[in-house]
Amino acid sequence: MKHVEVLIIGAGPAGLSAADVLLEAGAEVALIDRSDRPGGQLTKQTHMFFGSQEHYASKRGIEILHVLYDKIKDHPRLHMFSETTVAGLYPDRVVACVSGQRYFTIQADIIIVATGASEKSLPFENNDLPGVYAAGAVQTLMNVYGVKPGDKVLMVGSGNIGLIVAYQLMQAGVKVPVLVEAAKTISGYHVHASKIRRLGVDIRMRTSIKRALGTDHVEGAQIWQLDARWQGIAGTEETIEVDTICLAVGLSPLTELLQQLGAEVIYINELGGHVPRLNEKFETTVEGVYACGDVAGIEEASSAMIAGKIAGLEAALKQGYALEDAQARQAALHTSLKTLRSGPHGEKIRKGHARLGART
Amino acid sequence: MIEKTGVPTRQDVLEQFPERIVLVKPKAIIECYKEIPCNPCSTSCPFDAIHIPEDINIRPVIDFDACTGCGICVYQCPGLAITVMQVKADKVIMKIPYEFTPLPQVGAQRNVLDRTGSVITKGTILKVQTSPVQEKTALIHIEIDSAFLYDAITIEVTHG
Repeated sequence: MKHVEVLIIGAGPAGLSAADVLLEAGAEVALIDRSDRPGGQLTKQTHMFFGSQEHYASKRGIEILHVLYDKIKDHPRLHMFSETTVAGLYPDRVVACVSGQRYFTIQADIIIVATGASEKSLPFENNDLPGVYAAGAVQTLMNVYGVKPGDKVLMVGSGNIGLIVAYQLMQAGVKVPVLVEAAKTISGYHVHASKIRRLGVDIRMRTSIKRALGTDHVEGAQIWQLDARWQGIAGTEETIEVDTICLAVGLSPLTELLQQLGAEVIYINELGGHVPRLNEKFETTVEGVYACGDVAGIEEASSAMIAGKIAGLEAALKQGYALEDAQARQAALHTSLKTLRSGPHGEKIRKGHARLGART
Repeated sequence: MIEKTGVPTRQDVLEQFPERIVLVKPKAIIECYKEIPCNPCSTSCPFDAIHIPEDINIRPVIDFDACTGCGICVYQCPGLAITVMQVKADKVIMKIPYEFTPLPQVGAQRNVLDRTGSVITKGTILKVQTSPVQEKTALIHIEIDSAFLYDAITIEVTHG
């Protein structure tokens, strides 16, 4: 069985950031990703990031990916495994991998789980019709593969993903007549909402999809208003002529591997679902196994990059690498993360982490 | 209102403008109505005209005396929440961020939209500014009738 010092699962913003710090510290790093290209969500994020300079503010996600990956890709101590799926995590940090027809195992001193998240769906009549997509899938189709998902889209959900993907659909020449949101207020950044409203997207609160219309593909959508108990109000149905329905209704952390390993996970609604219990070093309840990024709670990619650096730094210290100014760097990273979570939009994250902490 | 529709109130909008006389010179109008962790408008300003304290969640405050209306913050703002406005006699010259292709042609007449997406007037494209530092956010200079100073926000998108 192969042995590697540090194995990182997921080459998204968190995994790439962790790898960078570990390589700099002197560690040997295996970076595994199931996709054919590194970057995770960054590969399709064509919008400019928020934050400050340290969070790559004003840079587009796709550009940030180049900055992060170009820095490490030719490093002699980096072993990149793309198109490789981690199929299992076993005691003593044994990792089972599948790549094409090949199955192999790697044993690592340290594992960093940066698997990200999967998209949630929504139950409604005909939600299995071709033409019903999750927003991330639409973003992948358009921005990674250059494929238009349809000509006219109903967007469901007003979080940042729903707002941003609606804008990107319009950039691709797709019409987005309506965006519906079940809650009372827009949940994403208002600037993103204003940006699509001024281009004519009708944004409606307390409204959801009742059913998709069509026989073998989406030919329309019936939407209706919701009451205070989130129930559809009969008589308020309205038919929207669209050929695509895009669901941006949240994400769930991908903690299955951690659960298989026996790391403790706790259900925290505000963080998107089951999340691992972590100590202040981002280490799970299994020694030597760390978690960072969306797998530890759904947040923006800016936060995932900071969290990746924290996990990478802690893992390097655990391996005995002497890092210059390690304490000061850790403090600065934690401050940076706190800043990203400190505004009104960070309220849910703060609440989630407070609940997670209270259960510790 | 903005939290339900994405459209700020008239009052919200007016509060972002200086007195009309100040706009004889171009000035940035910042429509960042809610705290988000973000500060590139401030850090990119070469004239130190936009201030955000250490806590980057605090909303930007602009110093209209220092602002030259250069437009750098317009394409640096990830929220596309900044425009530049200048009043010239009975015309307004506005600079807006634009991220659609094809880019408008100089001299073309384009529909101008308000914050709800309604067409309010036509404008003449005066200049289309692109450069590598703008990272694919073009800066479009448009001339419109000054009656639309407080309503105009962008131009209608046309794909080819």
